[in-house]
Amino acid sequence: MLFVATNTEESGGGFHAPSIMEFYPEIVAFEGTPFALNRIMLIRLLVLSLLVVVFALWTRKFQQANKANNFVPGKFQLMGEISLNFVRKSIAHDQLGEKDGDRFLPLLTTIFFVTLGMNITGIIPGLNIAGTSVIGLPIVMAAAAYVTFIYAGVKKHGGHFFTAALFPAGVPKAFYILVTPIELLSTFILRPVTLALRLTMNMIAGHLLLVLCFSATQFFLFNAEGAFKLFGAGTFVFGFAFTLFEILVAFLQAYVFTLLTTVYIQLALADEH
Amino acid sequence: MISRILANAAEGEAAPNPLLPASYDLLWSSVVFVILLAFFWFKVLPNFKKTLDARTEAIEGRLEAAEKAQAEAAAKTANIEAEQAAARAEASQIREAARAEGAVILAELKEKASAEAARLTATAKAQIEAERQAALISLRAEVGTLAIDLASSVVGASLQNDKVASSVVDQFLADLEASDNKAGKKN
Repeated sequence: MLFVATNTEESGGGFHAPSIMEFYPEIVAFEGTPFALNRIMLIRLLVLSLLVVVFALWTRKFQQANKANNFVPGKFQLMGEISLNFVRKSIAHDQLGEKDGDRFLPLLTTIFFVTLGMNITGIIPGLNIAGTSVIGLPIVMAAAAYVTFIYAGVKKHGGHFFTAALFPAGVPKAFYILVTPIELLSTFILRPVTLALRLTMNMIAGHLLLVLCFSATQFFLFNAEGAFKLFGAGTFVFGFAFTLFEILVAFLQAYVFTLLTTVYIQLALADEH
Repeated sequence: MISRILANAAEGEAAPNPLLPASYDLLWSSVVFVILLAFFWFKVLPNFKKTLDARTEAIEGRLEAAEKAQAEAAAKTANIEAEQAAARAEASQIREAARAEGAVILAELKEKASAEAARLTATAKAQIEAERQAALISLRAEVGTLAIDLASSVVGASLQNDKVASSVVDQFLADLEASDNKAGKKN
């Protein structure tokens, strides 16, 4: 509550510097319970509904096509196919092959479209903050990826998956003192942590940059005197450029998160374990 | 720890740690993720896969049909070509037979013509011979009459001279005999 107060104070007067409090907006409902809702949670629910609506429409098109034995997709159906095929072909099939790719496709598709949908809200006017910019969602997805690649490895190689991962073949036994802790750290600890952190930090940094640019523009245009107003134009151009950049980052981070999950699964399935 | 940070944040004493999720954050994240995972898993992707499979099948089926049609067309073309070749061979055979037959007919005609010519020649020869014979016979008869006439006239004139007469008759008879012998020899 206090931050909101300070925020309003700041925006009323001088320069509003971006802070970490951007990511902890006022709780609007169920305060104090695990069901507490703030702006970011509401944005997540909005993205959830949009994704469900869009993909439900596409699914209806698929069902209609299946029923009517229509093999030529229309424009709208084709858009859905291109989106789904991006994950299916360019990520899953390329890394895992068709069989394993299709096995893990639900997780990979979900991760990709959730990340993309949540990232893109960072530059949508009115929403202006990414659903992935607080760490809960990245942690949930990283945990899902973590569980999945361990499941894939154990399902395929049994307990041998862990020994093979921790005691890599071809290394002299004495080196295991050194290698095993490194492998443990990199495979079972750093992988999920970096997955979650990379995404969150990208979104936080992107949001702070945009806030900085646009609040500086606001400050220069309305609070600064004389020639300083011109700086406003400069910061606005920067803000615009970073907005475009954030679109790229939104796609890129969704792609990277999905691709790394796929690669981890692929490494777990690989035979030289 | 999370609750402590949250408490701190709520009191405004310290900024919250962005690396540690609030409980509501985790909860809503899980809700969003699980709903979408189930949605993609059981609703979107199965239908999508069905569509793709049906399309692949349709494309493969059509390709197969096209291949079949092509093979059929090729077979038909081959058939037609074979028929054409057979027809051509038959035609040339017929032509060849006709030519041979023509040659035979021609030879036959030639033979017939030459036989006819030979027959005509033979007939003409026979006729000429017959006519010659007839002429010879009539000539001999005439010569006899003439000779008798001459002889009677000569005999009439010279019978006065017995001596002469008898010698003439003798001579004549001798001649006649000789000519008879000649004719008989000839015949």
